[in-house]
Amino acid sequence: MMKRSSNARWSLRAVVVIAAVALVAANMATTASASNHRTRAADGPGVTSTSILIGSHDPLTGIAAAGYSEIAPAENAFYQYINSKGGVNGRKITFKYLDDVYNPANTPTVVRQLVLQDNVFGIVSGLGTPTHQTVLQYLNSNKVPDLFVASGCDCWNNPKQYPYTFGYQTDYAIEAKILGKYVTDHFKGQKVGYIYQNDDVGQGALKGLPQTIPNSAVVSKQPYSVNDLLSASGLANQVNAGKAAGAQVVVLFTVNFGTASVLKAAAQIGYHPQFVVSSIGSDPPIVGGLLGSANASLENGVITDGYLPSENNMANSWISLFKTIHDQYDASQPFDGNTVYGMAAGYLFTQALKGAGKNLTRQGVINA
Amino acid sequence: MTPDREAPPPVLTSQDPAREPAGPSPTATQAALSRGSVLATPPAARKIGGRSRLPSQPLLRHLLVAVGGLVVIWAITSTVSSYDNFQIAQVGAYVVAIAGLTVLTGLNGQISLGHGALMGIGAYAAALIMIHANFPLAVVLVLAALAAALAGLLIGIGAARLRGPYLAGATLALAVGLPAIAYRWPSSLGGGSGLSINQPTPPTFLGANFDPQEWIAWISGLCVVITLVILANLIRSRYGRSFRAVRDDEIAASLAGIHVPRVQVTAFVVSSACAGLGGALLALSTGTVNPLGFPLSLSIALIAGMVVGGLGSLTGAIWGGILIVYLPQWATSVSNNFGFSKGVSSNLAFGVYGLALIIAMLAFPGGIQGGVWRLVNGVRARRARRNSPASAGPQSNEHEQG
Repeated sequence: MMKRSSNARWSLRAVVVIAAVALVAANMATTASASNHRTRAADGPGVTSTSILIGSHDPLTGIAAAGYSEIAPAENAFYQYINSKGGVNGRKITFKYLDDVYNPANTPTVVRQLVLQDNVFGIVSGLGTPTHQTVLQYLNSNKVPDLFVASGCDCWNNPKQYPYTFGYQTDYAIEAKILGKYVTDHFKGQKVGYIYQNDDVGQGALKGLPQTIPNSAVVSKQPYSVNDLLSASGLANQVNAGKAAGAQVVVLFTVNFGTASVLKAAAQIGYHPQFVVSSIGSDPPIVGGLLGSANASLENGVITDGYLPSENNMANSWISLFKTIHDQYDASQPFDGNTVYGMAAGYLFTQALKGAGKNLTRQGVINA
Repeated sequence: MTPDREAPPPVLTSQDPAREPAGPSPTATQAALSRGSVLATPPAARKIGGRSRLPSQPLLRHLLVAVGGLVVIWAITSTVSSYDNFQIAQVGAYVVAIAGLTVLTGLNGQISLGHGALMGIGAYAAALIMIHANFPLAVVLVLAALAAALAGLLIGIGAARLRGPYLAGATLALAVGLPAIAYRWPSSLGGGSGLSINQPTPPTFLGANFDPQEWIAWISGLCVVITLVILANLIRSRYGRSFRAVRDDEIAASLAGIHVPRVQVTAFVVSSACAGLGGALLALSTGTVNPLGFPLSLSIALIAGMVVGGLGSLTGAIWGGILIVYLPQWATSVSNNFGFSKGVSSNLAFGVYGLALIIAMLAFPGGIQGGVWRLVNGVRARRARRNSPASAGPQSNEHEQG
């Protein structure tokens, strides 16, 4: 009896061990090509005479993936288009974007993988304020070009402390100032509430909004954390607080997912203020998609701003070019504001590469 | 599950375990030491193993093993890539935290779902000290451990009154609630953006081109060795024995003159200090701390790492640390190779943790370290059986364990 049970256990163990070893071996065989290089190429990381490797961290899954996950593929489509035209200065661009799930705990690992293991030339369009902040110091102290961060934090524009980092979009403070002016001009005397992400997105908003909205008009300031988005109640608490304070205009500095959560929660409690949403959380097809077809009408009447041409404006030559590229290289993804955003970032990078000239070095592209 | 499959009822040795002769090699010694912490070192292993070539004084023996460990760490870090060193530094951080947890759970029988949050306390303490003061790194690490130990003292005092699921619940609240503090005071704690710190740079005598990642891996490795030596000695001391006595039977322990709540609080403090040091090392390795870096899932991962590595075993903690760093990564790469969707691949790691836990419970109740030890013992027993057929019976593992 004892003997039998012991034998059975040993064979179970043997099966487990063999299965585990087999899985590991099978996996190693397929990933062996991505082996590590201890020594770096002499002519600078990520660059040869015919190629350049760049990397990015993006929310391909998780709460912020709605909409933002389309940016990197769109940017990649733009590079493929450039490559089909011969690349930049004879170098074809390879764009490796890894998923950090918009979780600041993952970004340091992902970026080190790109910099240390893949030896990228630089990080281009790393997405997210809280996420990218975790690697800002690392990239700069290692002199890795950190171009066109996909975030509107004004923290990227600090050439003294972080000379290797360059921003891209209009910063949140300026955006907030513009939105605030609109609110003051069009909704004079109404009570205003804010809902904002409690990182530098919100800090930027709180810097800009008071410049154009008088403090006396503001009745409610509700921060939320990225964690709240994951919770079952979403941003219902923040919305309830806004309603309780009697806010008639609610300004949102939220990611798309947050906007949808706010709109849903407000509809549930029969609260219909005028929503004014910053560009980062107001991609109409994305927010509509998150709300679901039954609720998509909730986003009607929302006011927002933008600094890139609308994807529906086919008369714009950029948009029509982007649409052509999209249909050829990125057809599996929808064509919306995120696509335009990604391709515009791709264009900026190719311009920077052109500016850096034939002898491409990390320092060269920074100087350009 | 038949009764004989369960973890063996721990036995208290009447003999002082410190006087037991050790196994023949450093690894075996370490294994024996850690195994001896869960259950009395089986007499068979001692007989078969023959005489030890290592000193029988625990401190001396542990220091010798530690020197060996340092050489191994140096050898590994100086051959692998920069990125591997980055991951080794992280493994080290988790090993320190799991080693602390295994003392608490494996030796003292208290469960904590809040060790991820305690790591967070250590990480934030280290970051705040590095931002606001200019202390040497060693001082920063010690202070970070002390900060977490202080938190552990408070929690431990509460925890000593709680048992089983109630204790799990209380520490669970810690794991869920603590990260929210960072959001409450964004100006000093950074809010959702967290805090950034300057990562330690290698000292100049190592040369200008010395890889900073390797330096951080060294720091982490040194902390692992120091922590394990301290814990190994603690386990072999009067404290270790009272930890085990309280775990096995609180009433018997108090009858034997042990102050049960004090022992439980001590275990919690020791364990929290380790978690704090682990958190600080994690912060050093990434150069950043963020409330999302210390979620409930980290606490769960630590427990999974501890159990799969080998509950109550310090060597098992090393396996656990390796698992926590490499398992999710491996799961993702498997998923990519098999072409799973992004949604699957980003969640696969959690599934693999669960699966690994179940498999460990079914096939290797002693975790990886238990499995390694069984294999070693099995081979030895077989060899001994060949040498002297008469002594075969009682040396089989199952009998000792069952």
